[in-house]
Amino acid sequence: MNLFVSLVSGLVFGLGLIVSGMVNPAKVIAFLDLAGRWDPSLALVMAGAIAVGVPAFAVARRRTLALLGAPMKLPAARPIDRRVIIGSAVFGIGWGMAGFCPGPGLVALGMGVPQAIVFVPAMLAGMGLYALLERRKQTSTPQAQRLTPGGAGNRRA
Amino acid sequence: MTIDWSAFTPWSALSGGVLIGIATAMFALLGGRIAGISGIVGGLLGPSRGEVAWRAAFVIGLVGAPLIYEHFATLPMARVDAPSGALVAAGLLVGLGTRYASGCTSGHGICGLSRGSARSFAATATFMAAGFITVLLLRHVLRLWGA
Repeated sequence: MNLFVSLVSGLVFGLGLIVSGMVNPAKVIAFLDLAGRWDPSLALVMAGAIAVGVPAFAVARRRTLALLGAPMKLPAARPIDRRVIIGSAVFGIGWGMAGFCPGPGLVALGMGVPQAIVFVPAMLAGMGLYALLERRKQTSTPQAQRLTPGGAGNRRA
Repeated sequence: MTIDWSAFTPWSALSGGVLIGIATAMFALLGGRIAGISGIVGGLLGPSRGEVAWRAAFVIGLVGAPLIYEHFATLPMARVDAPSGALVAAGLLVGLGTRYASGCTSGHGICGLSRGSARSFAATATFMAAGFITVLLLRHVLRLWGA
């Protein structure tokens, strides 16, 4: 992965989050508050991003190498399992409590928002806890089971 | 359901969304990877070493975005109603949940839906539903904060 591409992608992503209004947790909560005064903006943010994403990924999927030569590492299709449902439910509860998801949390940290200075370290601790639990699970799983497809392997998005 | 037309910002939402789409398109076409924030950040904490530099570069871009934006316009305000204890709990849940599900709003919600992934669709439907229910409970049933 080219470092400059990565830096600029992160920057443009962050600018998009600021322009869209999604760095403001109150605006995210207003989208999630169906019973209150509903602000549909977040749906349009996703629509705008997906409108660009669909043709981009249609091209990316047909390639084995990225345009700058790195191997194309798009995730292979995986079944809808317990992990994705339980994990997403847990994430959704945290998202609804604070109005922060990972991207806006990090951008708000860059803005010096005091609550992001509390939220982001807690989020990193949650991710670290996950890494710890996965490592423990892998070392306690017998070798034969670890090699089974779909077993406790190294999973990434 | 009442739509709050005074808060609805369709044009900035769409244009911000397009910028996010451009960032994910760049990342995939030029770099060959999925711009999923929880995966990029989580990879810095997990066992997959040797991939630190590009992950750090992405995070620096993300955290640095407000500093660039500030030169051209006034930063929007960010209002958070949740008290500190709730923010800590929320952070832990977001960190654990997104890693366990292998993705968050960006990896599943934007990249996954753009790729037509059924698994990402299930993830997005689930975290949206959990978010709707959580806000309903906190604001309208328990009336804890932000009501």
